[in-house]
Amino acid sequence: MTDTSHLPSVFDDWFGSRGWAPRAHQLELFDKVTSGNSALLIAPTGGGKTLAGFLPSLVDLHQKREVDKRKAGEAKAAGTGGLHTLYMSPLKALATDIHRNLEVPIEEMGLSIKLETRSGDTPSHKKQRQKRLPPDILLTTPEQISLLLSDKNAERLFADLHYVILDELHELVTSKRGDLLALALTRLRKLAPNLRCIGLSATIAHPDDLRAYLVEQPLSQDVRHAEIVQAKGGAKPHITILETQERLPWSGHSCIYALPEIYEEIKAHNTTLVFVNTRSQAERLFQELWRINEDTLPIALHHGSLDVGQRRKVEAHMAAGQLKAVVCTSSLDLGIDWGDIDLVINVGAPKGASRLAQRIGRANHRMNEASKAILVPSNRFEVLECQAALEASEAGEQDTPPLREGGLDVLAQHIMCVACAAPFEPEQLYEEVISSQSYRHLGYDLFVKAVEFVATGGYALKAYDRYAKLRPTKEGLFRVSHPQFAQQYRLNSGTILDAATLKVRQVKPRGANSKRPLGFGGKMLGEIEEWFIEQLAVGDTFVFAGQVLKFEGLKESEAYVSRSASQDPKIPSYQGGKFPLSTYLAEGVRNFASDPNSWSSLPGQVREWLELQKEKSQLPDYERLLVETFPRNDKHYLVCYPFEGRLAHQTLGMLLTRRLERAGLHPLGFVATEYSLALWGLTDLGTAIKSGRLQLDELFEEDMLGDDLEAWLAESSLMKRTFRNCAMISGLVERRHPGKEKTGRQITINTDLIYNVLHEHEPDHLLLQATWTDAATGLLDISRLGHFLSRIDKRITHSALGRVSPLAVPVLLEIGKEPIFGSATEELLADAADDLILEAQL
Amino acid sequence: MRLNSQLQPRVEPSYRQPIPVCHDLSLARELVGLHDSGALWWPEERTLVVSDLHLEKAASIAKSKGLMLPPYDTATTLEKLSALIDLFDPRRVICLGDSFHDCESSERMPAAYLAMLATMQLGREWIWITGNHDPEIAGHICGERYEELSIKSLSFRHEPIEGAERGEICGHLHPAAKVRRMGRTIRRACFATNGNRLVLPAFGALTGGLNVMDRAFSDVFAEKRFSVFMLGNGRLFPFTASKLLSE
Repeated sequence: MTDTSHLPSVFDDWFGSRGWAPRAHQLELFDKVTSGNSALLIAPTGGGKTLAGFLPSLVDLHQKREVDKRKAGEAKAAGTGGLHTLYMSPLKALATDIHRNLEVPIEEMGLSIKLETRSGDTPSHKKQRQKRLPPDILLTTPEQISLLLSDKNAERLFADLHYVILDELHELVTSKRGDLLALALTRLRKLAPNLRCIGLSATIAHPDDLRAYLVEQPLSQDVRHAEIVQAKGGAKPHITILETQERLPWSGHSCIYALPEIYEEIKAHNTTLVFVNTRSQAERLFQELWRINEDTLPIALHHGSLDVGQRRKVEAHMAAGQLKAVVCTSSLDLGIDWGDIDLVINVGAPKGASRLAQRIGRANHRMNEASKAILVPSNRFEVLECQAALEASEAGEQDTPPLREGGLDVLAQHIMCVACAAPFEPEQLYEEVISSQSYRHLGYDLFVKAVEFVATGGYALKAYDRYAKLRPTKEGLFRVSHPQFAQQYRLNSGTILDAATLKVRQVKPRGANSKRPLGFGGKMLGEIEEWFIEQLAVGDTFVFAGQVLKFEGLKESEAYVSRSASQDPKIPSYQGGKFPLSTYLAEGVRNFASDPNSWSSLPGQVREWLELQKEKSQLPDYERLLVETFPRNDKHYLVCYPFEGRLAHQTLGMLLTRRLERAGLHPLGFVATEYSLALWGLTDLGTAIKSGRLQLDELFEEDMLGDDLEAWLAESSLMKRTFRNCAMISGLVERRHPGKEKTGRQITINTDLIYNVLHEHEPDHLLLQATWTDAATGLLDISRLGHFLSRIDKRITHSALGRVSPLAVPVLLEIGKEPIFGSATEELLADAADDLILEAQL
Repeated sequence: MRLNSQLQPRVEPSYRQPIPVCHDLSLARELVGLHDSGALWWPEERTLVVSDLHLEKAASIAKSKGLMLPPYDTATTLEKLSALIDLFDPRRVICLGDSFHDCESSERMPAAYLAMLATMQLGREWIWITGNHDPEIAGHICGERYEELSIKSLSFRHEPIEGAERGEICGHLHPAAKVRRMGRTIRRACFATNGNRLVLPAFGALTGGLNVMDRAFSDVFAEKRFSVFMLGNGRLFPFTASKLLSE
């Protein structure tokens, strides 16, 4: 496989000039693709994956230019044909990075190939010009492709497209962007019959999903797959769990206890990447590291909400090898290639085996050397999770989720996209849509409903026929009824709006009672999630962009902040929801907790903790659910250990609270962690269980996912938030108006009301279906809860205790740190109002 | 006349008769009740007051912007109003303006809704205060039109005016209030009052709210010298302005 004869000599020479030879997987991919197939390349980071993806395209363009040259002489050789290759990645930064990396070989080989990027930030004159005179290779995002497809000239623009390269495909397909991309690909395949797709992916659990995603699926039941090329795996990574001399915390997520040890590791290595799970953890850790940074080591911070300028600076310093460490979040999970990293420290629980593998892959890009990684658990339960992840890594196990079913809201957006380009024939479009793996199970009825939704809202009450956005022509084609709607589509399309964000601008501080208006035009620090700002009051302090900031107020879509002298910022609560604990690791943790024979590998402190649990209460059985009850202060607690992740636990807590309420047991609230759930109230739950007044089997019966869930969802704000996303993606409401950006706050209000009205009058509406599906797999994790409930059906062990058990300590410590759920909003308000009455001495 | 005489026996309620409101409020010496629906009940005059119904809002937006919001808002609002009328059996209903989302809304309103409205209007005095959204209301809709109206010491208008007399009752602003409790913020529509003036929350199903801490309220109430009553389920939650959050 090492003969390079398939490549033109200029390529071979270039590899040679660098002292390289093309790698086996690069050539294998080249052969498969040039013989006319789509293909998926699975390779660890640093395997020359990106270059492999581009090779077929570069060679093809080179050969075409040679032919042109011979035909028309030098003069015309520089001119381009149409768009030849599209490259898509989940990150804008990645496109920029690739641009930089690809320009070098193109220049050094003297290829006359034009390469450009296009993103939301590209100036509009350049975007216009790109439509008129497209480059050979366009590096862009799925959103931009949809926008181009909605153009009237889309057919001409894409007619000569040969290759689509999908980088970090495993990441792209996990969200609605993946759905949008799947639909865009069906369109591209129609417009460009010669199209081949090249997917580049890290190691994943279900490669066949991605292979099917890359090619057109037949109308029959058979599944077609793209070719697959698997790079030889590098050496096994060398992973350890930090052996701390300090006391391991019971709860919390800060890992501050291990700070000096982390610092020593950074000192002992050339360049360290310190991964954390959330932005707030990154901020906190960065602050704390600098507090003890006596050697003033160059330690930087990188996360997705920092201002682009700041991120670029960090990236440049990193590439130049000037940094000793970078504290970062998933913004760096993806394949940006940076210099010589010889250590990865993962702070907090890894949450998934594959996620950990991808992070570790950042270290040591020479494939044959073992990457080195240290896991730092932030509390005792996380030790178990780290241990499970470590064993998964040794066994080479993967736990990426299976391919998601395409969302109906994204489908609605795509239908509008297609209609904007040209009138469409519904049955043809349907066949096109179901030729993608993501939508192949979509029924024709539902598709028709989606078309009706786009046209008139698709309501049972046909009130809007006269305002329809899509109207049938005489030939039975659907066309956009007014150009205004195409314009509206272009302003509102896209799928990334999971978190409404506000820009953070630094202004001069104001005095406590100053009436002076907020200052203008300070430095832009980055973007912050709206839910976070919403919980701040003016004057609150928080950490962002590595400094302690004081919140000064909101102005339109910007949060104004000033520098604060405060040393003790109000740190946002941990948002573990971002990466729920994978089922695979959860099982590992369950295994550890239940089986004393497996404890030998655990640190002494954790072992003692589990021993103590065995003595004072009992260990959670692998097959059964352990429920503990005990009194504490003047309250009674019920703690259970499902190990199903925080989202599923929250949903469970909400439903159990309702049931306990109905049973007259007056629960007061609950708090959920990744591993356990605690509920409390004033009634003695332990006695109620023993006397048979409360049946645990009934309490945990699966039917809670029926009426109880339905009743709770109707008023749940999670559901409304999910609905808001669906409403925006599907085009039911606008994201922004030309000229003025509507802030997320205003949208929340409107879509909440829309949700109420729709839920009351047409609960089966397409958009509520889409919302339900999203919620079930997303924020509520109902599917996982369902599996859990059927697993533990009639397999519940009750342990009535006189006091809190060792295993229950972590979750009880979370009370007060995490927002408490369960007590309904009404009670919270009543509570607040009562406080006021007390205060007024009434 | 006949209708009136039929009503007669019930028109003289004793003050002791339990009235289904959540909070009593004395405004310019008149006792009024605040209801958790966002309506105002004036027992002495047997008058029910609601504001900002914005009927046909969804249809209006579908027509002007092509955004196909659920066409059920008018039904929802009318059903809610109808239930209130059943509950209070008012002698007089005052709609404080912006009752229709735009001038054509009253023209365009489907027959079924017109019939619902007409049924509610039977046997009682019905007053439309005009608002900025509905300066004109189509002729086939029953009820008297006023820009503003004074009854006893209370005056009713859509938008609050500068230097208004004591006892001004108005709408227009869609007041909403936000408080924080145990790490969660709660935002609700609310009544807002300083003892002289009362702003009603918007009653319509698709009407959003404007935070009372917004600048738009600074001319209506001197800074932080007012209270709100946030709408709850079967009750209202009183807060003084100093306890409220801005957006």
